[in-house]
Amino acid sequence: MMNLLKNLIGWIDARFPLISTWKAHVSEYYAPKNFNFWYFFGSLALMVLVIQIASGIFLTMNYKPDALFAFASVEYIMRDVQWGWLLRYIHSTGASMFFVVIYLHMFRGLMYGSYRKPRELLWIIGMIIYLALMGEAFMGYLLPWGQMSFWGAQVIVNLFSSVPFIGHDLAILIRGDFVVSDTTLNRFFALHVIAIPLILVLIVVAHLVALHEVGSNNPDGIEIKKHKDANGKPLDGIPFHPYYTVKDGVGAVGFLIIFCAIVFFAPDMGGYFLEYNNFVPANPMKTPEHIAPVWYFTPYYAILRAVPPLFGSQFPGVVAMGVATVIFFFLPWLDRGKVKSIRYRGPIYKTFLALFVVSFVGLGWLGLMPATPTYTLISRILAVVYFAFFLLMPWYTRIDTCKPEPDRVTSK
Amino acid sequence: MKVIHKLGMLALLLTASAMALASGAEVHLDKAPIDLKNTASLQRGAKLFTSRCLACHSASYMRYNRLRDIGMSEDQIKKDLELPEDVKLGSTMQAAMDANSAKLAFGEAPPDLSVIARSRSADWLYTYMRTFYADPGRASGWNNLVFPSVGMPFVLADLQGKQVLRIENKKGHEVKKLVLESPGTMCTAGSSLCVAGYDAAIADLTNYLVFMSDPSKMVRYDLGYIVLGFLFVLFALLYALKKR
Repeated sequence: MMNLLKNLIGWIDARFPLISTWKAHVSEYYAPKNFNFWYFFGSLALMVLVIQIASGIFLTMNYKPDALFAFASVEYIMRDVQWGWLLRYIHSTGASMFFVVIYLHMFRGLMYGSYRKPRELLWIIGMIIYLALMGEAFMGYLLPWGQMSFWGAQVIVNLFSSVPFIGHDLAILIRGDFVVSDTTLNRFFALHVIAIPLILVLIVVAHLVALHEVGSNNPDGIEIKKHKDANGKPLDGIPFHPYYTVKDGVGAVGFLIIFCAIVFFAPDMGGYFLEYNNFVPANPMKTPEHIAPVWYFTPYYAILRAVPPLFGSQFPGVVAMGVATVIFFFLPWLDRGKVKSIRYRGPIYKTFLALFVVSFVGLGWLGLMPATPTYTLISRILAVVYFAFFLLMPWYTRIDTCKPEPDRVTSK
Repeated sequence: MKVIHKLGMLALLLTASAMALASGAEVHLDKAPIDLKNTASLQRGAKLFTSRCLACHSASYMRYNRLRDIGMSEDQIKKDLELPEDVKLGSTMQAAMDANSAKLAFGEAPPDLSVIARSRSADWLYTYMRTFYADPGRASGWNNLVFPSVGMPFVLADLQGKQVLRIENKKGHEVKKLVLESPGTMCTAGSSLCVAGYDAAIADLTNYLVFMSDPSKMVRYDLGYIVLGFLFVLFALLYALKKR
C-alpha cells in the first residue's frame, strides 16, 4: 500500500512539481519562530474565504436572483431546504467575520510595520483583496432583497452619480437601470457569485506567493534572513509545517468556537450582522426612516457624511470616502520610521496609532447613527484624526524616537 | 438594528429634534415572555393566529405542516385549526381576504407576518397588541400607542375589551395611560392588565410569531451545544498537540 502511494506520488512528481511546491510553501517555508496571537488572522482569513465559497455554492442552488422571488427564496432556504438555515447563517456570519478577521489582520500589519520594505507589494496586493472584498460584500448584501438591501444599494450607487459630468451615466451603468431594480439584482448576483470570487481567489494566491518570496515579518519587525545557518536556513525561522500548521489549527478551532456560537445562538448579532429591517421585503415606494450600511462599511460612511457638500454636491464627501480607503496603499512610502515594529517605536507613533484606532472605531459607531449636528461634529473631528494618521506620518515617524532593534528575534 | 434604533432615537430626543415624535419612540415596550420550549403556549398561539390574524394577514413562507415542530400532529393541525377541506397540509398560510380588497379596506395591504417577529421585535409585538385604544377620530375607530395612526382595526377587542387613552399631567410631564373602559371576554376584572387572560393569550401569540419567524430556533440551540462541545474537545486535543 505504501509502495503504491509512493509510486503514485513519484509518477505525479515526474509530471508536476508536487513535492517541490509542498516544500517551498509548507514543509520548508521558514517562518519566524516568534509569531504571536496577531499572526492567526492570515490563515483565518483564508479559512473564512473557503467557508464563504463552500456555503455560497450551496446557497446558489436554491436562491433565485429575481426581484419577485429573491426574498421568498431566501425564506425558502431558511425553512424548506434541508440544513438551509445553517448554510444561510454560516454565509451571513461569515461575511461579517471576514471583515473582523481582515481588520485585525490589517491592524497587525500596522503594528509591526509589515507593509515596509521589502513587503510593499505584498501589502498592495492585500489592499486589492480588501477592496475586492468590500465589493463582494456590498453586492452580496443586495441579494436577500430586503429593505436594507435595496435602500443600502440605492444610497451607495447614488454616490457615483455625484461624480461631475459622468456621474449620472456611471450610476446607470452600475445599476443597468434608472433605479435599483431586477436588472441590478441580476448583475450583482453574477458579480457576487462568479466575477469577484474568481478575482479574490487569484489575488489571494498572489498574496501568498508574494509572502513566500519575501518571507513573513514578525513582531520584532526584523529580518530573519540576516542570520542563516550553514545550510542557508534562517536561524530564527522554523518550517511552517508541522509547527505552524498545528498552531494555526488551534487558532482555527478557537475561531470556529466563536463563529459557531454566533451561527447557532445569535446569527442576527443584535441587528449588526443581519439588520432587522432587512426582514421586510424591498419596497421601492417606501424609504426607511433610517438607512445604515452594515457595520463594516460604517467608518467610511461616517467620513462621507462628515464632509459638507460643495455647491450642493455630495462629491467632496465621496472623494473623501474613496481617499480614506485608497490611502492605505501608500503606507509603505508614508512611513519614514527607522524601525518597523511598534515594540521599538517611540511615544509619538504609538499615540498616533492609538488615535487612529479610536477614530476608526468611533467613525464606525457614528456611521450607524442618524446624522445629528452633534454626531456630525464628532465625525468631522474623527475624520481629521483619521487622515492625520496617514498624512502626518512622514513627519511624525521621522522625528519620533525609537529603541534599538534586537539583532535576533525575541519571544514574549 | 433595534438597539441602534433606540440609541438613535435617544440622540434625536437629546437634540430636541421633532422627528422623534413620528415613530412613537417614547412608548415603553413591555418584555414579552418568550419560551419556545413551551409547546402548549406555542400551540395556543398558533390557534389564535390562524383563527384571527389569517383573516387579513398571510404568512406565505409558513407551511401548515411545519406546526409539527411545535408538537402538533397532522390530525391536530387539521382539526384544532379548523382547516377547510381544500387546504393541504403542505401549503403555505394564505390570508382569507385577498390583498386588493384588504388594501381598499384598510388603506394599506396588511403585511405578511412570516418574519414579522424579526423585523419588529417580540417586545414590540407584545406591546402593540395590548395597546389599542378607542379613538373616534380614526376611520377604524381605533388607534395604537406604539403604532400611532395604524390602519389595522382592533380585531381582538372582543377579547380585551375597550381601552381609552387618558393623558395625565405629572410634574409638567404628559403621561399617556390606557384605561379599560369595558372589559372583553378575556378580561374579567376592571384592571387594564388582564394578566391571566388577555395578556397571557397575547404572550402565546407572540411566542408563536417568534417561532414562525425562524423555525430553525427549535433545533438550533440544542445542536449548537453539541457542535460547541465537539469544538472544545478538538481545541483541547490540538492545544495538547501544539504543546508537544
